[in-house]
Amino acid sequence: MAAQRKRLNTATLVLLPFWAVVLAAYVGTMLWTVQISFTASKLLPVDEYVGFAQYERLFGSTRWSVSMQNAVIFGVLFIGGALVLGFLLAVVLDQRVRFENTLRTVFLYPYAMSFIVTGLIWQWLMNPGLGIQKAVRDWGFTSFDFAWAVDRDMAIYALVLAGLWQASGLVMALMLAGLRGVDEEIWKASRIDGIPAWRVYLFVIVPMLRPLIVTAVVLLAISVVKAFDLVVALTNGGPGISSDMPAKFVMDNLFTRQNIGLATAAATVMLITVAAVLVPWIYTEYFRKARVGGTA
Amino acid sequence: MSTETATPRGPHAESARLAFDRGERDRGERPTSRGTTREGTTARGRKPKTLTIGRIGLYGFVVVAAAFFLLPAVVMVLTSLKSMPEIRDGSIFALPQSLDLSAWAKAWSSACTGLDCEGIRVGFWNSVIITVPSTIASIAAGALLGYALSFWRVKGADILFAVLLLGAFLPYQIFLYPMVRAFSMVGLYNTLSCIVIVHVIFGLPIMTLIFRNFYAGLPVELFNAARVDGGGFFRIFWNVMLPMSTPILIVAAILQITNIWNDFILGLVFAGRDNLPMTVQLNNVVNSTYGEREYNLNMAATILTAAVPLLVYFVSGRWFVRGIAAGAVKG
Repeated sequence: MAAQRKRLNTATLVLLPFWAVVLAAYVGTMLWTVQISFTASKLLPVDEYVGFAQYERLFGSTRWSVSMQNAVIFGVLFIGGALVLGFLLAVVLDQRVRFENTLRTVFLYPYAMSFIVTGLIWQWLMNPGLGIQKAVRDWGFTSFDFAWAVDRDMAIYALVLAGLWQASGLVMALMLAGLRGVDEEIWKASRIDGIPAWRVYLFVIVPMLRPLIVTAVVLLAISVVKAFDLVVALTNGGPGISSDMPAKFVMDNLFTRQNIGLATAAATVMLITVAAVLVPWIYTEYFRKARVGGTA
Repeated sequence: MSTETATPRGPHAESARLAFDRGERDRGERPTSRGTTREGTTARGRKPKTLTIGRIGLYGFVVVAAAFFLLPAVVMVLTSLKSMPEIRDGSIFALPQSLDLSAWAKAWSSACTGLDCEGIRVGFWNSVIITVPSTIASIAAGALLGYALSFWRVKGADILFAVLLLGAFLPYQIFLYPMVRAFSMVGLYNTLSCIVIVHVIFGLPIMTLIFRNFYAGLPVELFNAARVDGGGFFRIFWNVMLPMSTPILIVAAILQITNIWNDFILGLVFAGRDNLPMTVQLNNVVNSTYGEREYNLNMAATILTAAVPLLVYFVSGRWFVRGIAAGAVKG
């Protein structure tokens, strides 16, 4: 008994530095950020409290509302698009096509590359004077328009397209693993009943893959919230502020515009938005199962 | 294969389906890679031998999709091999008239990132110097914590894990500014140690998660036996758990090397001018050049920056996918 207690103590001791790091680096910095957002800080943090003034400024700012709208547009199209495209790719690869391994490699390789690289590639493809637009116009389609990254109305869709190119393979890989785990009996049964394959996929397989789909949505949603690199590399938020995103809004106000109070207020709004979605998810995913005893 | 074909069919097995099965069997007997990935070959597809409209549509979609994913890489390589006049006059899809590697040489050794014109190689070596210690340290920390969380009952471990998970999903913007202040206070800001510590901190959640999941899958009896034999916390970790951890160590290394190499925002904020990683340098080369833009050089620099994670991807193959699955949080 005494020996066991000693061993437990070793484990407790080992956890202590981790506690320290987690409390300081995650909890502490988070609280500090929230605290700064209630002050009048500009270049450096000051202790002059101004209540919700920074938040009022924030919600009065056009740039912030554009950023939030863009986050919603990007989020919906990127997550939805990647799910649909990734799932289709997985289904196609599951039809015993030739060169399956090669195709899987082709669909997934962009995911190995950074968003900076992705953004720069698509910036070149969308180059107004020399990119794909020019090539297609030279073929005779003179009204073809693909200079999205420098087009105020299309810049956000340029980000979506580049994001889909980078991340759809991730969904494909997850879904393909799920499809390979589907019981053969289901396919036999559905064939005997004469149900067309697409209906089986849509109404039987998709519900079965629900946990994987949730995982994919979470992973994609993280990249939406963190969308900074891609924006910087592809459009830099422009033209003007037309493709700005919350993460970039915060970074600009923190490090170039010396508006710490406003930036931390914006970061806090991001935090609340994400936490509102996350906390219930983490709770059900990790803790309810343990407590109910595996019945969840 | 034999079990599959011997499966008795129901009375509804009409001739059409028998033909279907025969097609399957023919196909199944060929030594294809498919045979190894799934032993039951009952297809979910159409009959593979004849070309139905569905099959044509399927391949049509495959070709379009493959083109969508491959085209950017092809264009990137083509552009990097052309000369600037060639780029200006020709189509983006045109093949280079001659193999011109000068853009590559220039990108590597004399491209300008702001005022310095020493090429992307500076960023390359910075990234190497950042990635190696960060990967090792974050794997060590994650393995230790994951082991502690899965085998040792410590009070509050659940809470620690929950906070870690939250940290994995929250945007960096919430943590960045106070971290900058804290690092400046202790005089570490803008140093190599600073960026390495930051990578370890932000890598901790995912590393802990995958090691915890891995150790949770090992039989508890193993741990109990080691304890009966008198093994302590570190001895069990070092002599029992680590020798069994090779697969997850490989997965963790793949994940961290690609994550850290591909990082932009942390390097930008914490690394300091002398240690800027390759992604930051690349963005400076491409997006802040004054004067004429050299697209061939830009594309060569972009390929060079993507080369390390791509190499990891192509060499590791299925391990990379396993890394995705491991990172794809499962309780």
